[in-house]
Amino acid sequence: MQKAVRWIAAISITLGVLLPVVPQIIWSFAHRWLFPNLLPTEWSLSSWEYVFTASSRVGEGFINSLLIATFVCFLSILVGLPAARAIALNDFKGKGLVEWILMVPIIVPGIVSTLGIHQLFIRLHLTNTFIGVSLVHLIPCIPYMVLVMTSVFANYGTELEDTARTLGANPLQVLLRVTLPGILPGLMVATMFTFLISWGQYITSVLIGGGTIVTLPMVLFPFISGVNYSNAAAISLIFVAPAILVLVLISRQLGQDSAVMGGFGRL
Amino acid sequence: MTHVLIKDLTRRFDSVIAVNNLNLEIESGEMVAFLGPSGCGKTTTLRMITGLLLPTSGDVLFDSKSVLTIPTEKRGAVMVFQKHLLFPTMNVAKNIGFGLRMAKMPQKEIDRRVSEMLELVRLPGFETRRPHELSGGQQQRIALARALIVRPNVLLLDEPLANLDANLRLEMRELIRTIQNELNTTAIFVTHDQEEAVMLADRIALMFNGVLQQFDTPQAFYERPNSAQVARFFRNDNMILGTRRGSVVETPSGNLEIDAGRVDQSDGPVMVTVRPEDVALVPSDNTNLVQAKVLTQVYMGTHKQVQLDVMGHTWLAHGPADFEIEVGQTLPIQLPKTHIWLLPSENGLQNV
Repeated sequence: MQKAVRWIAAISITLGVLLPVVPQIIWSFAHRWLFPNLLPTEWSLSSWEYVFTASSRVGEGFINSLLIATFVCFLSILVGLPAARAIALNDFKGKGLVEWILMVPIIVPGIVSTLGIHQLFIRLHLTNTFIGVSLVHLIPCIPYMVLVMTSVFANYGTELEDTARTLGANPLQVLLRVTLPGILPGLMVATMFTFLISWGQYITSVLIGGGTIVTLPMVLFPFISGVNYSNAAAISLIFVAPAILVLVLISRQLGQDSAVMGGFGRL
Repeated sequence: MTHVLIKDLTRRFDSVIAVNNLNLEIESGEMVAFLGPSGCGKTTTLRMITGLLLPTSGDVLFDSKSVLTIPTEKRGAVMVFQKHLLFPTMNVAKNIGFGLRMAKMPQKEIDRRVSEMLELVRLPGFETRRPHELSGGQQQRIALARALIVRPNVLLLDEPLANLDANLRLEMRELIRTIQNELNTTAIFVTHDQEEAVMLADRIALMFNGVLQQFDTPQAFYERPNSAQVARFFRNDNMILGTRRGSVVETPSGNLEIDAGRVDQSDGPVMVTVRPEDVALVPSDNTNLVQAKVLTQVYMGTHKQVQLDVMGHTWLAHGPADFEIEVGQTLPIQLPKTHIWLLPSENGLQNV
């Protein structure tokens, strides 16, 4: 029964994730693909050649997106872990308000808050900088990091840490040997979310990056509104590759824990 | 082997006083139970002894030295919690050896002591098992081994048997008692189960609402409770009001002779109590007889439990298993002189 559920999850998720990618793969090699042909009539590698030229800025965007997403993950952990822990394990005045404020970015569209922040960032000379773009990505990322980690911490409790303290571990040893290993699976999921949210940011990157910091979505979007589907398909494949890779890597780690994650782990 | 002194210990949480001016002296090598209903301040007291929680006022002393300024990890007061027992990311050997690794002991020595401890808790060869492969009782024993391996000054157990089923409970109780005797560790455990406290502890500290009620041997809680509340917690609700005059207590149903040397209430209003197992349903002579009406009777195998109406108060009495009696019947019961205990009357019976 358990096994059947896992296989159904594995197959449906695989199809759900991979099936929409199939036309993209075909498009990226198509030179001529007109209605009503089921497959392209002419094939070409020109889109892939274009992607790897410097003038396409795909490489630059890829590296920028990767660096920004990694940095955002780092910052989110730095800010989100203590916040999540405090919310999960302590009662304090204004806790409700803090939780509400943390959830606001999920409700308020990014463009609204970013327009306001833009003014501030201009004054702080943070526009058109790597740091500025990373900071603005934090707004949609932190709520997810905090949400996931709050439930992880609430589940984990403090008993194990307290036990370790009484057994002679100092606070640093408790953190490194008990807390971090204990929350690691949850932290990996939260980091994956954070990475993907930052990776997919477009409007915020455009506004704060101002064209100086070019991320992969900024390279991709003009092609989608344009007519060159082949180039758009090639770039979008590069765009989804890390997302699927991250998903697979992490679900391998978590394989045993849940059927859904286990499904990815079979890929 | 540490002598523990708790002096005027108080802990407040905002307006709630969790522990109120607690004074206790625990001899070295002694096993003490903190007993009381949940929320009475037992666990709060344990946490203050470990240093995980700071007292609002008062002091905790190990061997006459205050430990309040010593951080938890250096106090040697090791706590075993009731849930989240083992570190889930470590195998059994790593769990048990945790304290020694923190103390930077050589791995060889740790391995040797770990297998020694596994022998002691009767789980030899379990080194490489993972916590999730163990039963609740096994986890409990590993947690105990992990605590004992560091040779703690004080071993603190928070409801050690609460999550175990009846058979395991018995087995664990024996094991804890044996090991504690063998290693002679000063130990304190928290429980809300009066039977568990009686069977496991040398002395019991009974607490209600953060206030210590009585600190005594288990026997004393049965024979010499110091208040009606304490008596009731130990399942004795057999009480009537009276007035003591010398070796006699005057009650509405006649005068009762008492053993003046045995009781400690002075002349005046008192409450008379006799434990259910000491009430004589079959009087041996005609002293201290009281009229009682049978309300219910339950066959308990080893004895018969009879519920009686004694002057408007509901009493319990244990009779022989083959005792023939009818519900509704009125009979004289005897309150044996040597088993009458007097309680202070100030609570009155209205609060029952």
